[in-house]
Amino acid sequence: MSIEVSRVGKKFGDFVALDDVTVSIPTGQLTALLGPSGGGKSTLLRIIAGLEQADTGTIEIEGRDATRLPARKRNVGFVFQHYAAFKHLSVARNVAFGLEIRKTPKDQIAERVDELLKLVHLEQFASRLPSQLSGGQRQRMALARALAIQPSVLLLDEPFGALDAKVRKELRDWLRRLHDEIPVTTVFVTHDQEEALEVADEIVVINDGRIEQVGSPDELYDAPANYFVMSFLGPVTHLGGKLVRPHDVEVHTAPPALAVAAADAVGAAGAAGGLVEGTVVRTVRVGFEARVEIAVAGADGTGAVDGAPSAGPGSSVEAVLTRAEARTLGLVPGTTVWLRQAPGSISIDAPAGAPARELVEVV
Amino acid sequence: MTTTVPPVAGAPQAPATGLPAPRRTGRRAAPGSTRLTPTAGVGLGVALIWFSALALLPLIAVLVETSAGGWPVFWSTITNAQTAAALRLTITQALAVTAVNVVMGTLIAWVLVRDKFPGKRALEVLIDIPFALPTIVAGLVLLTLYGPNSPLGVNVANTRSAVFLAFLFVTLPFVVRTVQPVLAELDRSVEEAAASLGASPLTTFRRIILPALTPAIAAGAALSFARGISEYGSLVLLSGNLPMRTEVSSVRILSYLENGDQAAAAAVASVLLLVSLLVIVVLDVLQRRMVRRG
Repeated sequence: MSIEVSRVGKKFGDFVALDDVTVSIPTGQLTALLGPSGGGKSTLLRIIAGLEQADTGTIEIEGRDATRLPARKRNVGFVFQHYAAFKHLSVARNVAFGLEIRKTPKDQIAERVDELLKLVHLEQFASRLPSQLSGGQRQRMALARALAIQPSVLLLDEPFGALDAKVRKELRDWLRRLHDEIPVTTVFVTHDQEEALEVADEIVVINDGRIEQVGSPDELYDAPANYFVMSFLGPVTHLGGKLVRPHDVEVHTAPPALAVAAADAVGAAGAAGGLVEGTVVRTVRVGFEARVEIAVAGADGTGAVDGAPSAGPGSSVEAVLTRAEARTLGLVPGTTVWLRQAPGSISIDAPAGAPARELVEVV
Repeated sequence: MTTTVPPVAGAPQAPATGLPAPRRTGRRAAPGSTRLTPTAGVGLGVALIWFSALALLPLIAVLVETSAGGWPVFWSTITNAQTAAALRLTITQALAVTAVNVVMGTLIAWVLVRDKFPGKRALEVLIDIPFALPTIVAGLVLLTLYGPNSPLGVNVANTRSAVFLAFLFVTLPFVVRTVQPVLAELDRSVEEAAASLGASPLTTFRRIILPALTPAIAAGAALSFARGISEYGSLVLLSGNLPMRTEVSSVRILSYLENGDQAAAAAVASVLLLVSLLVIVVLDVLQRRMVRRG
């Protein structure tokens, strides 16, 4: 394991940023620290980099105890959300900075800088100032600068957070490819579950200063350890006292054959019957999806969660269908439908007193 | 005096309206053309009138007054041993004080921005006192503290140290006040980036922070120098104004005026003016070079 974090705690005044965190970051992989803002993921990254000191616990980098080591001696590359460019230095000098500090011979520096600028596709901008680059280019420069020192680990703190959606997507793909080329142990912080699922080999979900789950994107998505992980990785909705993903809700305009339903119910939902009756309230079409909001009777749909009247949380179910499905079913507000969890899909028991919709919207 | 103002005011408008620039239907004039929007034109006009009346006109008056005496008068005035000594003293002391201010001012600004300590707010306010105090009051304070009856046992009265001390006192806030806001606005993550790349705190300061502060330091130094060479009130009591020893240029100008020798007074003033200008230009060039070198 490349980075061993053991029993790390950190407080800012009364605020507990990290609470007894232990995690191992595998060598040569791209690991995402995923979680909501203020959850402690950036603090953990900064503690690994030595930019912040842990109150308790230890950090090991490549087998060496780094807990008391200052940032400059840890040999980590760090990329900041807002680029942290050296504004008065040209792009080439920015990239060369770490090598100049290490008193590398000039010709070697020039060679390495050339190589890195090619790698990040900035070779024609070598003599420009950072202010003459776009956000995406600046971040690529920052990445080249961090890679120049051949760090044992590369740490990225919300590296694409300040960029617009399209550039973010491009850089994300590019980072993945770059990592396949240069397999340096990389940890990046993000609050964007899509980014984490798409780019990372391994995801560490952090919330409230604690680790909720560690696993591959598939493991996390297919077997979320708890309600938080499930709701953070995508939208969830309440159905029959369970939490399911909206696209795992089957919508029928007539009750499906009881025998089939019962068999499925035992296999998938585990609840007797598993069939919930409701009325379509609203349909929204977004691209290829149709999102359907269905009001269900309190007793059937949400009895386990709360007994609130129809306006309360949990008393409506969100289902996501393809547009074609929605059109075939002819769903319009007022249509009576029967819902059940799709066979083979995952669900977890709804926690008491935590309305799913609110959390999903916060995320 | 006011009669000369209208032509000056008309000057910026003449090219704006009289320029046979091709009329364009686009929102903006072609790049490189100097056409102004009406509001910008008015703004520029007002700024120029203001600047001309308050700064340019007096400056020209000094030069005109100097030239009235002709070259021989000018030359004989500034080569006069007593005057030359006064100029030398003023300029060297102002340069020395500016050098001290560059270091101390930056340090004080650093402490005020980066460190937390009790009494920080009080210090913030106190820094401006040398600047806000009427200079003659400052002179009195300095005389009481460092004069013949010094409670501290430090007597610098009638020495060159008195001039240095007075300059130091009145120019204290300049570098502090120009550097402080720039330092406060610096992005801390840039320093963290330097640290993660292996830079020691000192290297980070020298190669990353200092280049960012240099323009502000240069501006503060220019102000500090200009204030130094023009100082009168705060040093006149303590320095004793001994000819050839502690007499400064401003005192010399005053004594020329008291003797009714306007041309000579203007000659000394012109020299101070040129030296100020030179220092400002040199500081600007140095500053640019430093920023570029990193």
